[in-house]
Amino acid sequence: MLNDVTFGQYYPVRSFVHNMDPRAKIVFVIAYIVAIFLADNFFGLAAVTLFLLVAVFLSRVPLGRVLRSVKMILFLVIFTAVLNLFFYTGESAYEPLLQWWIVSVTWESIVNTIFLAVRLFLLVLGTSLLTLTTTPVSLTDGIESLLKPLTFIKVPVHELALIMSIALRFIPILIDETNRIISAQKARGADFDTGGLIKRAKAMIPVLIPLLVSAFRRAEELGDAMDARCYRGAKGRTKYKKLTFSWRDLLGLLYFGVLIAGVVLLNVYLGSRFAFLAWIFG
Amino acid sequence: MEAVRFDNVKYSYREEDESFAVNGVTLSIEEGEFVAVLGRNGSGKSTLAKLINVLLTPTEGSVQVFGMDTREEKLTFDIRKNTGMVFQNPDNQTVASVVEDDVAFGPENLGVPREEIGRRIDFALDAVGMQSFRAATPSRLSGGQKQRIAIAGVLAILPKIMILDESTAMLDPQGRREVMEVIRRLNKEQGMTVILITHFMDEALQADRAVVMHRGEVVMDGKPEEIFARSEELETYNLTLPRAAYICKKLRAAGMPVGEAFTAEELAEEICRSLQRA
Amino acid sequence: MQIVAKGLTYTYDAKSPFASQALRGVDLTIEEGEFFGIIGHTGSGKSTFVQHLNALIRLTGGSLTVGEFDLASKKCDLRALRSKVGMVFQYPEYQLFAETVEKDVAFGLKNFHRELTEEERAAAVREALETVGLDFEAVREQSPFELSGGQKRRVAIAGVIVTKPEVLILDEPAAGLDPLGKKELMDLLHAIHGSWCRTVVIVSHDMDEVAENCTRAAVFEGGRVVMCGAPAELFRRADQLIEMGLDVPTTAHCARILRSRGIDVESDFTCDDFAEKVLELWRAKGGAGRAQ
Repeated sequence: MLNDVTFGQYYPVRSFVHNMDPRAKIVFVIAYIVAIFLADNFFGLAAVTLFLLVAVFLSRVPLGRVLRSVKMILFLVIFTAVLNLFFYTGESAYEPLLQWWIVSVTWESIVNTIFLAVRLFLLVLGTSLLTLTTTPVSLTDGIESLLKPLTFIKVPVHELALIMSIALRFIPILIDETNRIISAQKARGADFDTGGLIKRAKAMIPVLIPLLVSAFRRAEELGDAMDARCYRGAKGRTKYKKLTFSWRDLLGLLYFGVLIAGVVLLNVYLGSRFAFLAWIFG
Repeated sequence: MEAVRFDNVKYSYREEDESFAVNGVTLSIEEGEFVAVLGRNGSGKSTLAKLINVLLTPTEGSVQVFGMDTREEKLTFDIRKNTGMVFQNPDNQTVASVVEDDVAFGPENLGVPREEIGRRIDFALDAVGMQSFRAATPSRLSGGQKQRIAIAGVLAILPKIMILDESTAMLDPQGRREVMEVIRRLNKEQGMTVILITHFMDEALQADRAVVMHRGEVVMDGKPEEIFARSEELETYNLTLPRAAYICKKLRAAGMPVGEAFTAEELAEEICRSLQRA
Repeated sequence: MQIVAKGLTYTYDAKSPFASQALRGVDLTIEEGEFFGIIGHTGSGKSTFVQHLNALIRLTGGSLTVGEFDLASKKCDLRALRSKVGMVFQYPEYQLFAETVEKDVAFGLKNFHRELTEEERAAAVREALETVGLDFEAVREQSPFELSGGQKRRVAIAGVIVTKPEVLILDEPAAGLDPLGKKELMDLLHAIHGSWCRTVVIVSHDMDEVAENCTRAAVFEGGRVVMCGAPAELFRRADQLIEMGLDVPTTAHCARILRSRGIDVESDFTCDDFAEKVLELWRAKGGAGRAQ
């Protein structure tokens, strides 16, 4: 039943992007998102797309694999696009194309909708490139390292990161266990596939309770095992894996610097996304 | 040197009642010894183990590890540094998703410098024969391999005592052999003190000494061969003989002159000798 | 019910890059009334095979019939099949969930036989619990989570046999138990075998257990059945089993060494019979005469 849940979507190949420091990659993704939102015309978005394509090429992840990640949010994009199309409330310089009750479609709303959809797609594609090229473990390491300054304001960064990595580690085990319990209850005649929502939810009780009991049992044993291995929190702890910033990351920094500068320049010289409407309609 | 000392130790999981999981144990284990602890489920074996590395502290009496009293809170860390413990379920002991990161967990907790951690990982993975799995994911390994990783994780702390709490119970025969091989080597080659809690009689035979627990008390203590020779007594504690010893006993009961045998090899040897003499 | 598998194949994650073929053409017949053993390495396909028997894994290649059920047929009534073929997973105590023992044991009964009255159900639960050696009145209102490990496992088994399946399949039923616990569990399975579960199939790593309890056993290796027969025949080929990296019973191991020394002990490899046969040899050599 849960066999098709593959956790994380790490794509295991060696590449320029895979070898980058996870912290750098997280920073780049943030820079990339900033670029997307700075871009105020289609030329800016085209520049972002071009930059993304180069990054995908360097990552050696097949383009199709990256595009597949959009499938998950397709519904969300369509939903927001439709809302935007009909309920766009910006000023319109032209006659509405359609007007009925509170719904109206204008040239501006069409442009805006397309713009929004492209932005969302680019957002998802960029962030999935991060998870495709970075293992959950090094992602956690990267986040821990980036958030380290927060320990000064008493945020338990180390503990949070440890919880995250333990959670990651136990996901495959708990998925296996869930499958086994489902099979065992099916063998006792449990029916998970028919009936309404409430009946199905109720049918999950014989799965959820053993799963919960088992999770607690495991947590207890893990706690003992961690104690036995001298765990006592972040105090006096060293770290084996040190993240190192390399020439790749420096190049990356340059690359995204150029992107943001380029997008800003395009905004300045080519105006907003609606500028071309004036150009078309005179 | 004395590694572990129990002085009239009692332990109760519930404070209000008088049911002691460990009930008046006095026991001394020397450094370098390989001790098997036998007993039925619920006889107090695991409680005994947890009392050694301060996962539990005695309700009455005292436990000392290399002379350090487990009731003294400031010694907890030092005691744990010296007593590694491997648990039953190999899935529940690893914290990281990569083998080397997991082995690093213990030394990281101790504040060991980076380069030294690398050396310790090498040492620990070599000791359990898992060096080639350094970058592997634990969840993809077999039970025996996972348990060897768990042992490596403990070894990286460089303990002097290794406690195994039914660490082979969930493994298949192949995995059990792998783990027992590692344990035996650690004891023989590195002089590691080993406390092996098990209910497999054939594993106990590999130890220098066996301790039998029954209702929280140590009821038998001696060389494994001596203990298995006292079969009637074992039965009163609901323990069964290794199969070879059982057959041996039957042969002797029928008058066939065979000596003690605990393994298939020894049994074959005894039968052979006896038949040749007949 | 007779179980007949012919050319059974199965591949996990067939369409993904992680595809692995677990069964590569299993031919096996288990007769009604057998106490059948299935042995093999982890990953030899034995678990995949047994999960086919009550359609927890649906047939994708080959044919399989269990009694009157044809598992290749789309019309096969899975509910009816599963009520006739009980399955006890490894560490079954981890599947307990209800607030009382009685409710947990009754779970399968409620799913398979909705027509039963409250009294009939209670009677069936009582019978199942008593069969596994528990006192119905003492445990019925207890939470299954408060029982001891051994009792929990018994309750879990009761929860499967309560529907009176004709075939009972158990994956490593004695795993994690101490030697006496193992023996008690095997005795329990024989008691169940003698009452309504006409056919018992156990998956086991413990060859002594197989030698002492099974009428026949099949050895799985690389997704196929490579040997099948009574323990007496099977363990006579101890060399082959050892070559596959499998264990052999203590008795077979001993017999093997004796054979290399020119002594042939023909036994069925149970401890008692082995001792008996050794004694016969000894007496034949005049051993008893001198001893008496």
